Amino acid sequence: MNVLLDNLPALLDGLWTTVWMTAVAGVGALLLGVLVTAARVSPVPILRGLAFGYVQFFLNVPALALLVLFVFALPDVGLLMPLTTTAVVVLIIYEAAYVAEAVRSGINTVAMGQAEAARALGLTFFQSLRLVVLPQALRAVVQPVGNVMIALVMNTSLAAAIGVVELTASANKVNLVQAQPIPIFVGAGLAYMALALVIGLSTGFVERRVAIVR
Amino acid sequence: MSSSSVLFDEPGPRGKRRIRIASIVTVVVLVAVVVLGLDQFASHGQLDAEKWRPFGQWPIWSYLLVGLRGTLQAAALVAVLGAAFGLVLALGRLSPVRPLRWLAATYIEIARTLPVLLLIYVTLFALPAYGLNLPLLWKLVLPLTVANAAAFAEIFRAGIVSMPRGQNEAALSLGMTRAQSMRLVVLPQALRAVAPSVVSQLVSLLKDTSLGYIVAFTELLYRAQVLAAYNHLLVQTYLVVTLIYLVCNLSLSGAAHRLQTFTRRRTAAPVPEKTP
Repeated sequence: MNVLLDNLPALLDGLWTTVWMTAVAGVGALLLGVLVTAARVSPVPILRGLAFGYVQFFLNVPALALLVLFVFALPDVGLLMPLTTTAVVVLIIYEAAYVAEAVRSGINTVAMGQAEAARALGLTFFQSLRLVVLPQALRAVVQPVGNVMIALVMNTSLAAAIGVVELTASANKVNLVQAQPIPIFVGAGLAYMALALVIGLSTGFVERRVAIVR
Repeated sequence: MSSSSVLFDEPGPRGKRRIRIASIVTVVVLVAVVVLGLDQFASHGQLDAEKWRPFGQWPIWSYLLVGLRGTLQAAALVAVLGAAFGLVLALGRLSPVRPLRWLAATYIEIARTLPVLLLIYVTLFALPAYGLNLPLLWKLVLPLTVANAAAFAEIFRAGIVSMPRGQNEAALSLGMTRAQSMRLVVLPQALRAVAPSVVSQLVSLLKDTSLGYIVAFTELLYRAQVLAAYNHLLVQTYLVVTLIYLVCNLSLSGAAHRLQTFTRRRTAAPVPEKTP
């Protein structure tokens, strides 16, 4: 147990990096994901195709390959950003595809009649999306999006592979020095479980708050 | 008619014009982005023919294909072991024996909320300290199996729970034991129902094998790293490898989709009605 307390500053630094990467990438992925979904159900065929291609591409490519591509290869074409920023950007565009999938499945759960009624009232595409369909769809996807966010917490650990010192990397570093793997890795694991638990509980809370009483 | 098209009417003349304008704007923006990107690549000399020529030659491809074989080998092992272990866990979580249920639930909840990379670091740096030094392949396969078993267990459990109770009850009333009912009646239907989730889990675990990059196991991304360090064509190598992953996963989903429609056609054939 002592080894955890002795190295608490390093581990907490790592935990803090994980938390803020998750927060920034999570908000970014939510915004981008909703935009992609809007494009995917829009009346413009080219936008629909682009959004479909975007989602298919990022659902089928490993996040680690993207991280390596962005961090090690793109500087060769003059795109150089700070390491952590690059990792966050990659996580945003990667998880946005998953958010888009989740939100689209939510749109599919909104009853046909709702959209038809909106159309019958003379609402335009954007009005019916903004006022009728999305408010219901987003309520239905709180849980799935929460699962995407938990997956995002797990995926921030991939940033350790390209040199960002977040929780996994700092645990590994401390272990390489102290050689006490059990307390260190168990501690890091518990921190991840706590993060996932917080997200799970808050999505449960949000879901109950926004649920429509029918 | 797809579900998305209910959001808007069949466009009238004005709507058609607007759609046309939006399409043109999209195309212009898209072309601008592509041109800017290509210009960025070209101005740094990344589009030069000699930088891409190696990828038209066999030695590079044979080198990368060895990596692809490693990727597929690891993915197949993780899929088989993870699915088998996951099925056991799912049955455990639904078993009437309480300790068994708790054990399975605890395992699933823990393994689902641990990053795979952390598990990999444990097998790489912690287990050898306790005298367990696995071969390279298993250093990748073991942590992935631990994580994916939990995911498979949740998928299978969802499928079993989604079966109508009547199926199990009917089987029991025919005199089957619980095990027989599960094996002969519930599971075959449940597994078919969750086939799409299983496929997306397969895609996800194939993506996870890219962590062999950390383990230094000979798979696609690790080979790409070695190749890029040798030929200094970072952009080209990593782009090509990313596309290989894309093609593999898309063909995996495609094949699974085709298989699924095929089996559905076979199993869901209308039962011929007997005319009295």
